[in-house]
Amino acid sequence: MAAAGDTRDAVLGFGAVIFVSVGSMMPFDRLVRAADEWAAAHPATDVLIQLGNGKHLPAHARQVRLMPPGEYRRLVETAELFVAHAGMGSIISAIQAGRPLLMLPRRADLGEHNNDHQLATVRNVANRPGLHHVEREDQLGGAIDRLLAGGGEAPAPISPYASPELIAAVRGFVQG
Amino acid sequence: MAERRVLAIASGGGHWVQLLRLAPAFEGCTVSFATVHADSAADLAPGARLFTFRDASRKDWWNFFKSGLQIAGIVLCVRPHVVVTTGAMPPLAALLVGRLTGARTLWVDSVANSEELSGSGRIARRFAHQVITQWPQLATPETPCWGSVL
Repeated sequence: MAAAGDTRDAVLGFGAVIFVSVGSMMPFDRLVRAADEWAAAHPATDVLIQLGNGKHLPAHARQVRLMPPGEYRRLVETAELFVAHAGMGSIISAIQAGRPLLMLPRRADLGEHNNDHQLATVRNVANRPGLHHVEREDQLGGAIDRLLAGGGEAPAPISPYASPELIAAVRGFVQG
Repeated sequence: MAERRVLAIASGGGHWVQLLRLAPAFEGCTVSFATVHADSAADLAPGARLFTFRDASRKDWWNFFKSGLQIAGIVLCVRPHVVVTTGAMPPLAALLVGRLTGARTLWVDSVANSEELSGSGRIARRFAHQVITQWPQLATPETPCWGSVL
């Protein structure tokens, strides 16, 4: 463990109780703000935010811009709760790790993505057990509290690979 | 059997994660991967061949030209028999250059697109040999659903 005082900025090699990721492709400051507000109200809980190229810097949570894939996987696996946008990278990582996930979907009308497919994702993909979401940022803190208190059901483990019929069909295409 | 060269290409985040989940489909081939973060080599078997290209999206569309040139260079270097991508927009260049150089080309639309095909997937329909969706409700005769990465 690092000495007190350098804990606010990201120090790789740590776990975190709450790991928050906005994904690696676009900023999502609304999620960073909401998670940082929760961190402010819970100073004893270690919160680490991967904020990508977001402009808003957290004042209370630890932060990292983008971490290497191995480090990211380890954090998803070891965090008590994983909080993220409704991107497939986050969702598949949570399912593969068998860890509960809390999502806030990006909205196109706020310029957070180029369309509203993340709202469709929470309707069509995120309805499986272990995947949770809130519609608005002001609901995030309450949902974190509930999931931490209730232990947050974990998603059922899945194979590391796509469905056998998709693999077979793509193999058929590849072999021509 | 003669060597079959496959270029498996995707942007970062969920696109890359979905491409990795297709890996068994490339068994027996010589696979070259391409994505936007060199660190992603950690996701591959040691010694796997990984190329990188600059990311671009609608928000920084001017970078698409740089991405496209880099990707064209990767295609010309690999000379694949088959190009497979899970998106996002920049790998369209791999389908185009791949097709022009004789490769068979496959666009796997992201599982994130559950209510309509992605914009890039619609563009891919113009020149990819095959575009597939992962959602049965979006399947059409030209854009079938072959299954899901999940």
